[in-house]
Amino acid sequence: MDNSIKKQILLAVVAVLLLALPFIASATGYPAMTSLATRALIYGIAAASLNLVLGYGGMVSFGHAAFFGLGGYVVGILYQHYTQDDLFLGLVPGTNQLLVTLPVTLIVCGAAAALIGALSLRTGGVQFIMITLAFAQMLFFLFVSLKTYGGDDGLIIRRTNELFGLKMRDKQTYYYVCLAITAVFFFLLWRLVNSRFGNVLTGLRQNARRMAALGLPAYRYKLVAFIISGMGAGLAGCLMANFLRFASPDMVHWTKSGELMVMVVLGGVGTLFGPLIGAAAYIVLESVLASWTEYWQLGLGFILLFVVLYTNGGIEALFGRLLGRRV
Amino acid sequence: MSGPILSVRGLVKRFGGLVATDGVTIDVRPDEIHALIGPNGAGKTTLISQLVGELRHDAGTIELEGRDIGALPTARRIGLGLGRTFQITCLLPEYTVLDNVATGVQVRQGHSFRFWGNVRGETALRETALSFLETIGLAGRADEQVANLSHGEQKQLELAVALATEPRLLLLDEPMAGLGHSESRQMVALLMALKTKVSMLLVEHDMDAVFALADRISVLVYGRVIATGTADEIRDNADVRAAYLGEGDELC
Repeated sequence: MDNSIKKQILLAVVAVLLLALPFIASATGYPAMTSLATRALIYGIAAASLNLVLGYGGMVSFGHAAFFGLGGYVVGILYQHYTQDDLFLGLVPGTNQLLVTLPVTLIVCGAAAALIGALSLRTGGVQFIMITLAFAQMLFFLFVSLKTYGGDDGLIIRRTNELFGLKMRDKQTYYYVCLAITAVFFFLLWRLVNSRFGNVLTGLRQNARRMAALGLPAYRYKLVAFIISGMGAGLAGCLMANFLRFASPDMVHWTKSGELMVMVVLGGVGTLFGPLIGAAAYIVLESVLASWTEYWQLGLGFILLFVVLYTNGGIEALFGRLLGRRV
Repeated sequence: MSGPILSVRGLVKRFGGLVATDGVTIDVRPDEIHALIGPNGAGKTTLISQLVGELRHDAGTIELEGRDIGALPTARRIGLGLGRTFQITCLLPEYTVLDNVATGVQVRQGHSFRFWGNVRGETALRETALSFLETIGLAGRADEQVANLSHGEQKQLELAVALATEPRLLLLDEPMAGLGHSESRQMVALLMALKTKVSMLLVEHDMDAVFALADRISVLVYGRVIATGTADEIRDNADVRAAYLGEGDELC
């Protein structure tokens, strides 16, 4: 009980800090901090989504950039049709409303994840890693070759999607929108991983043979987890495209899948908030190290090495131990 | 229903040129413990694997309560009333003892597409799981991590988890293997007590246990059943003596 109180206090402190962050940023003279934090939140959602299949379900997907990028392109493509006032495939009108683009992103990414997952989950282990990578790369080359939607150069989204008449272009406003969505996302994820569904998903990672011997048809549970995970990554992509006002094949590139994986490992595989911490650490390290040297990834590599070798479960576990929690 | 619970007819499994299961025909009747013995490499575990569907047989039929289950995947067979324990314990190592059993109860209760409620907070589920642990005598260790259990306790937990799936027929793959003398006797008593609730196909090397428990015994040698009968019939069977009991040190 003592531990759970400690946890709640910690959570409350973090929540207050996150709420106050834009004010702290402008007060301390680092207004860029708000943008940094927005990116950390968005990547946190993407990494936590990946972690659902990777950490909880034991399915190492190396293609989550596919869903991240797809989410971005949904926003971009709908916006382009909105400004050109024509129809996507001659059927669907464009839009600049977040309340439309967000659900559409979830549906599109869910469908894509269902398709990719249905095929990929027939394999396991290294084959699964490779086939998810292959699907993501297929999508990457598709977007590169789609000249209508910017091809190599990507799609510029001139204005952020509208939501309730808020000034979405304002960095602070957008930060709070992302913060709210992140909070809802993690609340849902928290319920999910502690539910019956989460229980069998975690069981499958620990021992698939045992779960089969309990009478669990594994495939459908893995597939549903994969779909939910894809939708989460898509949500992050949608937010990121709105934030950058840009969607490009970069979002779908395999290095993005790698980045997400690094965030998960950095923060803590199979923990609820680990990926969010990992994403924040990654974003901060990237900007700090990159201001020193263009070879910032070398530094990141060493830090990742340290985390993997010595923290025994990522930054989350390191914090846990510092706070005296038994791991 | 008076027919056998499990009825296996002419089961064949080949691995290339090796015939691992060679026309095996075996029955398990209601409330019966049917023991399957045989020297190492006779194909006992291969047979179990085919019964639960981890391996596909090449010929023959497997019927559970009159229903052909030979083409079904493992999970469906378990759902229809097959249960198994593993020779080398196969548990969820990160979960507690209670969580292991509760997960079994949960899967038995139907689909797990429930995303909201906290599974650790479902008292009904926990209590059912605890009752299985009480049956097995492991209730005192309910909150222990599986990794911290002794080998004997893990074997007991295997059994509790299998019972949680409420099987009609239990396939026990060497439940005494690796147990000390007193632990073995405890396990024998446990299985004896369970006999009225569930039929069992018992694969076992421990002859004391087999003779104490089994209503009937089948002897498997080189993938073939060479004899089936009561303990006395098997002891007196000349083929069995020659093929198996005569080999001496296999007995221990």
